[in-house]
Amino acid sequence: MSANLAALGYLVAAVCFILALRGLSHPRTARPGNIIGMAGMALAILVTLLSLPRPGALAYLLILAGIAAGGGIGYLVAQRIQMTAMPQLVAAFHSLVGLAAVFVAAAALLSPADFHILRPDGAIKTASLLEMGLGTIIGAITFTGSVIAWGKLQARFPRHIEERIPEPVLRVFRLFMRSAPILLPGRHALNAGIAAAILVLLGVFMASESGWVFTLMTLLAFALGVLLIIPIGGADMPVVISMLNSYSGWAASGIGFTLNNPMLIITGALVGSSGAILSYIMCRAMNRSFVSVILGGFGETAAAAAEEGEKTVKQGSPEDAAFLMENAQKVIVVPGYGMAVAQAQHAVRELFDTLTKKGVEVKFAIHPVAGRMPGHMNVLLAEANIPYDVVHELEEINNEFQTADVAYVIGANDITNPAAKEDANSPIYGMPVLDVEKAKAVIFVKRSLAPGYAGIDNPLFYRPNTMMVFGDAKKVTEEIVRGLDP
Amino acid sequence: MEAVDPGIVNLIVFVLAIFVGYYVVWSVTPALHTPLMSVTNAISSVIIVGGLIATGAGSGSALATLFGLLAVILASVNIFGGFRVTARMLAMFRKRS
Repeated sequence: MSANLAALGYLVAAVCFILALRGLSHPRTARPGNIIGMAGMALAILVTLLSLPRPGALAYLLILAGIAAGGGIGYLVAQRIQMTAMPQLVAAFHSLVGLAAVFVAAAALLSPADFHILRPDGAIKTASLLEMGLGTIIGAITFTGSVIAWGKLQARFPRHIEERIPEPVLRVFRLFMRSAPILLPGRHALNAGIAAAILVLLGVFMASESGWVFTLMTLLAFALGVLLIIPIGGADMPVVISMLNSYSGWAASGIGFTLNNPMLIITGALVGSSGAILSYIMCRAMNRSFVSVILGGFGETAAAAAEEGEKTVKQGSPEDAAFLMENAQKVIVVPGYGMAVAQAQHAVRELFDTLTKKGVEVKFAIHPVAGRMPGHMNVLLAEANIPYDVVHELEEINNEFQTADVAYVIGANDITNPAAKEDANSPIYGMPVLDVEKAKAVIFVKRSLAPGYAGIDNPLFYRPNTMMVFGDAKKVTEEIVRGLDP
Repeated sequence: MEAVDPGIVNLIVFVLAIFVGYYVVWSVTPALHTPLMSVTNAISSVIIVGGLIATGAGSGSALATLFGLLAVILASVNIFGGFRVTARMLAMFRKRS
């Protein structure tokens, strides 16, 4: 295939990818968009295979076997994964893009002629060394950073796997899989030092083309990826996972420059900006700067500001909650990470069906950082077959709480905390929150009165129109549904 | 005027693509942010192109071929997994019947 024809083929593939993202502006257009994306990928692979200069049968066999093995694993995992585990899966996928970028860069360094990056005098072009180096560094950080993020999101292995891992190894895994921040002393200086060393090595690499320098640089970038993510707590993962999404894109772009392939550059830039925008949206939803999230440690130091004096909590049973909902005209459900942990989405669907049948209007209010990744709650509700037209974003629904009879908060805390609006000293002050307290009654389902991720008390628990129902989100919701049946 | 260096042309493409990405991604509905992440995951695995070149060129460097093959395998996991899981999620989003 001529280089010009190949370039045109790549252009079509790039347009397909843009259309795939464009389709996501509405659920109706998203499915055809995804198929266009697949077509673009197939085209890109086909064009590349047809452009290979002198491929032997063995090379084709290797490639086919590689695609079949990897593709088979990917397909099976994607087919079997539970929707509640989606954040972990996405983190795992990010890590693979990062590692693949490192491998491609290493391969390009080893056989530069195949990648057409040699100068006439036989040395590798300086610009190519820079692009290759940057692609590797970003790819390596993405790889180990995503592995750590995966661990924090996964929290622990299923028991049957844990039983097969020897105890000392398991202890190491457990250390890195804690969702709590791991704060090393002097970590900022350490990270800055490693980053500086990586940049120095990048300079040396560009001057020397040395494989050893390349290896050392990559290893340091692996270490930096780990160190950057361990101080960040579990509930900040929506930002981290978006940021790693962005990095995986920039790594792909870096490799695109090395390969002199505009399609790869375009795709990487699309993914890079996508992740960057998602990180921005998540930070805005927490009223925190990107830098403060990335520096980590949030939620560890914010000691619960214990107020003096007895505070009384009104506690209720699922039957009480059922009574309130049955006599309501409008109920707004506010789901949070607790719903995902308890796998309560199907019970919530039953509640939705039963109440709707009784003529109660039920809507859902989603905070942008509810859950562990952008859009996490929407996917769980969709999985439970809750129609998307009753699921609303914060800005759409926030002024409806005043007309609601019941706000049912299931496994959420900080995103409803009025301290964000009223207490200028609160660590979450200024964060946009759902105005659940404006509903006539607020029902909280929680396992205990323990504070949320921000480590602060929620004054809503002690208000006269709040009723706390203690217990597992799934069990409580199921009992409410039973209480509704006459 | 001398010919423009391909590196500069690539930079132009890169900057323009960031603008395209910026406007396209802001138009994505927040309800589909999780599928957005999984599909961007799949498409960024187009990095498989680099792996295919390294594996298929048969340059004689066995290590380069091995690295290329590893990149092909990893990217394939992502391509098939990413598109499949996106399709699964999107199939679940339904309007009230």
